[in-house]
Amino acid sequence: MTLSLVVLLPFLGAIAAPLFAQAGRTAIAIASSVPALVALMALFPYWKRLSEGGVLVQTYDWMPSIGLSLSFRLDGLSLLFALLILVIGLLIILYARYYLKPQENVGKFYALLLCFKGAMLGIVLSSNLLLMLVFWELTSLVSFLLISFWNHKKDARRGARMALAVTGGGGLALLAGILLIGRIVGSYELDDVLAAADLIKAHALYPFALTLVLLGAFTKSAQFPFHFWLPHAMQAPTPVSAYLHSATMVKAGIFLMARLYPALAGTEQWFYMVSFTGMATLLIGAYVALFKHDLKGLLAHSTVSHLGLITLLFGMGTRLAAVAALFHVINHAIFKASLFMAAGIIDHETGTRDMRRINGLWRFMPHTATLAMVAASSMAGVPLLNGFLSKEMFFAESLALNLPGFWAYVPPLIATLAGIFAVAYSARFIHDVFFNGKPVDLPIYPPHEPPRYMKIPVEILVFACIMVGMFPAISIGPLLYAAASATLAGDVPDYQLALMHGFNLPLLMSFLAFFGGLLMYSQRQRFFDFHARFKEIDEKAVFEKVAMRMEDLASTFTNKLESGSLQRYAMLLVLSAIAVAWRPIEELGVFIGANGLSPIDVPTLIGAVVLILCAIGTAAMHRSRFDALILLSVVGLMVALAFARFSAPDLAMTQLSVEVVTIVLLMMALYYMPSWTPIEASWPRRLRDIAIALVAGIGMTLITLAMLTQPFESISGYFLEHSKSGGGGTNVVNVILVDFRGFDTLGEITVLAIAALGIYTLLKNTQLAPPPGDGHGHPWTRDAYPVMLRQIARPMLPLALMISLYIFLRGHNMPGGGFIAGLITSVALVLQYIASGIQWTQARIPIRYHNVIGLGLLFAAVAGAGSYAFGYPFLTSTFGYITWPVVGKFEVASALVFDLGVYLTVIGATLLALVSLGNLSPHSATTHIKGGL
Amino acid sequence: MELVYALTIGALTASGVYLLLRARTFPVIVGLTLLSYGVNLFLFSTGRLVTGGQPILGSTDSYSDPLPQALVLTAIVIGFAMTAFVVVLALRKQADHHDDHVDGRESSARLLPEDEEDYDR
Repeated sequence: MTLSLVVLLPFLGAIAAPLFAQAGRTAIAIASSVPALVALMALFPYWKRLSEGGVLVQTYDWMPSIGLSLSFRLDGLSLLFALLILVIGLLIILYARYYLKPQENVGKFYALLLCFKGAMLGIVLSSNLLLMLVFWELTSLVSFLLISFWNHKKDARRGARMALAVTGGGGLALLAGILLIGRIVGSYELDDVLAAADLIKAHALYPFALTLVLLGAFTKSAQFPFHFWLPHAMQAPTPVSAYLHSATMVKAGIFLMARLYPALAGTEQWFYMVSFTGMATLLIGAYVALFKHDLKGLLAHSTVSHLGLITLLFGMGTRLAAVAALFHVINHAIFKASLFMAAGIIDHETGTRDMRRINGLWRFMPHTATLAMVAASSMAGVPLLNGFLSKEMFFAESLALNLPGFWAYVPPLIATLAGIFAVAYSARFIHDVFFNGKPVDLPIYPPHEPPRYMKIPVEILVFACIMVGMFPAISIGPLLYAAASATLAGDVPDYQLALMHGFNLPLLMSFLAFFGGLLMYSQRQRFFDFHARFKEIDEKAVFEKVAMRMEDLASTFTNKLESGSLQRYAMLLVLSAIAVAWRPIEELGVFIGANGLSPIDVPTLIGAVVLILCAIGTAAMHRSRFDALILLSVVGLMVALAFARFSAPDLAMTQLSVEVVTIVLLMMALYYMPSWTPIEASWPRRLRDIAIALVAGIGMTLITLAMLTQPFESISGYFLEHSKSGGGGTNVVNVILVDFRGFDTLGEITVLAIAALGIYTLLKNTQLAPPPGDGHGHPWTRDAYPVMLRQIARPMLPLALMISLYIFLRGHNMPGGGFIAGLITSVALVLQYIASGIQWTQARIPIRYHNVIGLGLLFAAVAGAGSYAFGYPFLTSTFGYITWPVVGKFEVASALVFDLGVYLTVIGATLLALVSLGNLSPHSATTHIKGGL
Repeated sequence: MELVYALTIGALTASGVYLLLRARTFPVIVGLTLLSYGVNLFLFSTGRLVTGGQPILGSTDSYSDPLPQALVLTAIVIGFAMTAFVVVLALRKQADHHDDHVDGRESSARLLPEDEEDYDR
């Protein structure tokens, strides 16, 4: 409970904080610090348990089926990071109070900051790898919003996009890596993963899982070659840089490496990948930092370099190196956050961050200068400050690395070289900014000391630098031990946190770095000239170019696939269906199953032959549309007969009535369209289409044949058994429709209603003039509404309505029901429209079919919901029996009301569609229905 | 029996697919209709071909499978709604573009024949 609360609180705070924005910056800053204070208080009681190596795990189920649970874990490592996040977060809140201007969107800033804090806490406290990934992605998203906080600046937007692309891409890789780990281990819970270390390392998938996880860690922690996003993220407001880009987000990748250290580290792959990446990052970051004129640019590259150092330490794979890495995580967070804040103060007070313009600030802000100088010395690794201690450990570890032959010299050399650069850029930070002549052309002149409280966070951090530097064992010892114990799974090596370990090789390296760095800084002009000879790579431009190229590639691909040609889509669809079905059909092998073929009778054979011929004829004669339509109607009728032949009277009746309505519909459509299809496709094209069609047809034949001759088992026994007793009807098909599967039917009539309304809307304001004749020079017949048809149609109506009522009422027991009765009524009404014209009919049947649809759906829904009133679930039916003369005994079921809904919806939908079509022509009252219909 | 039934479905599918690949709206609609006949017959036959076994309780000794019948019954009605909708889309296309090509581009082909040779009826 406690841990999930610690993670949840900042998010709650993010919702609440903006409410205080109106009350001013102080109020919102106070409100925003509440979650962190409460969290610190909540975590405090656990300290004793954790310092003894205890672990606290709290788990709630979320989605157990995929192995995702809300499980949180507090141990030394997560405590160390949680404290960094919470404490530095508090300092940032105070600092930002003075950094932001009153007219800025303070509410948004604090809300995002708190969101970020919650996400970060989620990463370090998650005990489930999938859950951790959720928070991991959340930090990427929120950092995007924070970097682009000043979204009116183009550079800020670009920098944010770059950061999101790189860290988000890494997040995807991490997801894949975690899934692989989960697959190897069979669980995403950290306890299981750490316990399965040997299994993971021996598994064939280990190299892939490791690479993917490291990709995630390296992108997040700005390791070479993904480091470029971090300097460009410096467009963020400085509190964001101080928080995200020194203490927290960039440490997430480091945290991941530490968290999974027992499970993944200790192999050759780990050693080479992690240590070489770290080494490259260390050196490149330190080198570039020296040449940056932008104050924050210098700090950003220095951060890259220090992150490389930590990575290198983890890569070395020794337990002492891991301790050193954790120690440096703490130290770097402390001095870098304070330096960023100092840089922010300087920017705030002078209006610029260009070190060629800000010189000699010592005279204007001695207090800030002192703080910044102490922090920068710590960054350089000056004794008595915390940076010195971990750097010393780093030097010692680089010497202890047992590489063969010549390679043994490489790590210490690189370490010393990076140390020299670090001293040089730190010296530049101190000398260039606070001394070195007078300020040049400052936007704000003269600069002042910042407000008193803005310096407090810096003071606290600098004080921590000194405390840790001078009394490491007391100030940080226990926390570091707890973290190391959690990282190394309890196996902590002996180490001593002391100011001096005597005169040894590491100390010599420190001296070398110190004086070498000062020498390098004093000769900086030569290095600057040397560096200036190389063309500087603008990573942002390169990134944009690559992004643009990817976009072009993607759109080319999309355009190729999505050409806008329906013919092409249809072809691809059919081809892919064939491709998918191909293998299974091939594997089937034998197409005539165990049941074998049954003999055929002559009438059925004749019917099948007629059907096949008409189907092929429809395709062959499709160019003459009217002829094709006639053949199509024969096909439909034969299908109805097939249903009747094979014991499906309901289907036969439905098919028959639908067939009539469909043909009428197509006939009406044809009235407005050309009666002929021109030849457009070449012969090869048509042959290709015929080939595709034949393959599809043969495939369907084989599948059907194989299926029909297999023995099978059906779940229908249940329906047959319970139809009478449970649904009160003997027509099982109808009982399934209105009772067993009533909810499906409700969905289906809703679709029907939506389709009809869609048709109405599509045609509402459309007018379409029909062609004057049949396309062969023959005009339409003058006799629009033939007398004979009119005279027969009118008396047919009551007769048809009575039949449909009969079919409707008996539907539960005999073939019939709402669908069929609805269709029969529709056909009867449509006949009136055809025989006498829309206006004539409309005047006599003044029904708005929209209302009929609505009423139908209402009936169906009410019939379903009615069962609630009796305490039964939706669509439970009940029934009783009534005897009517002629109709006989039939039962009245609540399902009958439902069926009435179906009936009305079918009528409404069919007639709305057809009448909308009929109204299409400008003179529909006097239009001639083609073909004498 | 099964072989003839399967051939019927094959013929409906082949004709339907061929028409589906045509360039004008009307043949495509006809093709879709043929295809849906084929699909309905196929789904129906998952209950196997039974003679004289209508699933009306008490009317016969053994019954055919009622479940595919119920599914196909709604499929027929929904199929009609779909056909109607596609027909209307085609008409709307005709109204808006004065053309019935499925790809939405202006067609260069003539709609009315000048010469009977152009059309193989």
